[in-house]
Amino acid sequence: MTEDRQDILQELETSDYKYGFVSDIDTETIGRGLSEDVVRLISEKKGEPEWMLERRLKAYRHWLTLPHPEWAHLDIPPIDFQDVIYYAAPKPKKKLGSMDEVDPELKRTFDKLGIPLEEQMALAGVAVDAVLDSVSVKTTFRETLAEKGIIFCSISEAIKEYPELIKKYLGSVVPYTDNFYAALNAAVFSDGSFCYIPKGVRCPMELSTYFRINAEGTGQFERTLIVADEGSYVSYLEGCTAPQRDENQLHAAVVEIVVERDADVKYSTVQNWYPGDKQGRGGIYNFVTKRGLCREGAHLSWTQVETGSAITWKYPSCVLLGDNSSGEFYSVAMTNNFQQADTGTKMIHIGRNTRSRIVSKGISAGRSQNAYRGLVRVAKGADNARNYSQCDSLLIGDKCGAHTFPVVECHNPSAVLEHEATTSKISEDQLFYCNQRGLTTEDAVGLIVNGYARDVLSKLPMEFAVEAQKLLSLSLEGSVG
Amino acid sequence: MLKVENLHASVGDKEILKGINLTVKAGEVHAIMGPNGSGKSTLASVLAGNEKFTVTEGKVEFLGENILDMPIEERSRKGLFLGFQYPVEIPGVTMANFMKLAVNEHRKARGEEPLTAAEYLRLMREKSAIVELDAKLTSRAVNEGFSGGEKKKNEIFQMAMLDPKLAILDETDSGLDIDALRIVATGVTRLHTENNATVVITHYQRLLDYIVPDYVHVLYNGRIIYTGDKTLALKLEAEGYDWLINNHQER
Repeated sequence: MTEDRQDILQELETSDYKYGFVSDIDTETIGRGLSEDVVRLISEKKGEPEWMLERRLKAYRHWLTLPHPEWAHLDIPPIDFQDVIYYAAPKPKKKLGSMDEVDPELKRTFDKLGIPLEEQMALAGVAVDAVLDSVSVKTTFRETLAEKGIIFCSISEAIKEYPELIKKYLGSVVPYTDNFYAALNAAVFSDGSFCYIPKGVRCPMELSTYFRINAEGTGQFERTLIVADEGSYVSYLEGCTAPQRDENQLHAAVVEIVVERDADVKYSTVQNWYPGDKQGRGGIYNFVTKRGLCREGAHLSWTQVETGSAITWKYPSCVLLGDNSSGEFYSVAMTNNFQQADTGTKMIHIGRNTRSRIVSKGISAGRSQNAYRGLVRVAKGADNARNYSQCDSLLIGDKCGAHTFPVVECHNPSAVLEHEATTSKISEDQLFYCNQRGLTTEDAVGLIVNGYARDVLSKLPMEFAVEAQKLLSLSLEGSVG
Repeated sequence: MLKVENLHASVGDKEILKGINLTVKAGEVHAIMGPNGSGKSTLASVLAGNEKFTVTEGKVEFLGENILDMPIEERSRKGLFLGFQYPVEIPGVTMANFMKLAVNEHRKARGEEPLTAAEYLRLMREKSAIVELDAKLTSRAVNEGFSGGEKKKNEIFQMAMLDPKLAILDETDSGLDIDALRIVATGVTRLHTENNATVVITHYQRLLDYIVPDYVHVLYNGRIIYTGDKTLALKLEAEGYDWLINNHQER
């Protein structure tokens, strides 16, 4: 880790958004705007069965009835949903048999992102379902996983090949009626990942998906479904970077996780969508619905590092339905310049002896606004529920804002709920101390921030922890004078 | 090594240093004493470059270069070390990591390659022995939960790691029990060579039993009002500052 630290701090010297390139790939898009015809077209392009189209249309019709959500502590410019392109896919160049057949330009994009698609991945123990724009291009190690009966593929493929699983689980945790963006996603989702871990199977490798917006002006509507059957275990990583551009891009993903009896799921995210420039122009609008359902004795852990996007609206949640189930949420949300984030979690205690733990670390710099929004709800029958929440804010400079909206709804007197919150600033004394030891102020801030976020970063799988540390430092560039 | 001429510095509208003159040569140990509020810590801070204070007049030359416009970190890399009276906590950042970054920044400034992990660990082991610093402390967060004694030992450990040309130790002896004082003071003495210099700011003679100064300066109301040899510290311990201050005011 100490070796990496050095690299991290050296990278601070490079300035602009690292992944700000647009790769020149032959992209097939459909026109701007949304209508029933567009929904039909998406479904048709993906060769979906009729029942899937019906689901999409139902969601679309419901979406039309919903007002745009305005309750978050966000200043969201009006979004013209008729000005968004709802589908873009790299043009298929017939069926690919090997890596050599992949579009060289596409391969270069992956290389720039450092996505290891090749054989060395086996050594790294990571299987990647790489999503470029909307269509999954290549899935690796499916055979290795298949031996254990694990299914890891694109959601489009799953719809065709595992319709029974999809019918049973898709929309079971986040129904299309859930909220405005969940409805939109259910209508127009282009692709995403599906993962099924059979009973009693411990997934032998970290599963990761890299999402990347590529076609200019294309909204990204990812749909992820993870089903961990009884007694199984999986650690799933999701990371994303997007190329720099001026116009705002809409991103509305849905992630659903079903954690069956005694299963254990760890879901980690590093989110680094383009945050807009220093004046607040451009950047991704990121409206995400993530939720997991825990059956008896199940455990779900969310870890997220959010550094990107102009607007973040995201509340990975746990529904603790089964007795003795538990949920965790570890989050670092960093905003700089004109970024806005409203993020947090919901822990819904329904079963008896359910436990949840929330550790949220907000970091605001520049003129950004950073809000933690959390709900801990203990239902009537949730005897002996326990929650511990820790919610810290760190301010850098005096033009940013940190806000916390913790809500507790307790309907059972046996619950034990704890909440701790702190707000701090990086002190002049800390900076002077670091400077006096020979560190520049920028290095010092990177160090202090990574130290502050350590409790959360330590929950990430190793390779992600390193990337996350780099991101935190990189995202803070220019935040101190 | 260090040449301070007519140094004036203020915080806000309040002038704290009112014309300091001080020359420190390689191989020397200077002690700065004086009553509370006389400007001792301010002098240390200003020399290190703390931006809380504004230098309004005067000159500070360090190794032949005027450093008043030099950023704090460059002064450090040039070989100026400040031992803090109140070492600062940095939660979540291990001492080992912090020092590795610092050591390598210093090496980079000298055009040297960064240390490998093994070299660094060896250096850390060697230097922590000088102040009998518990090896476990280096894997804990910087100064977090350190006792008063541990914090001060940790300052001298950092000094040993960075091997400065000039070390300014601001009340490194305050809050130490007798054993810790001996360890810290012995450590400082062991680090002293012909080629470096030490300025210790202290209230007490007992530190100077270990670190024998070549000069003892008395700072009062922003000025050095008297300079003597090591016997001055003994006299001050016995008689206090009043006789000096009265003399000074009569003049």
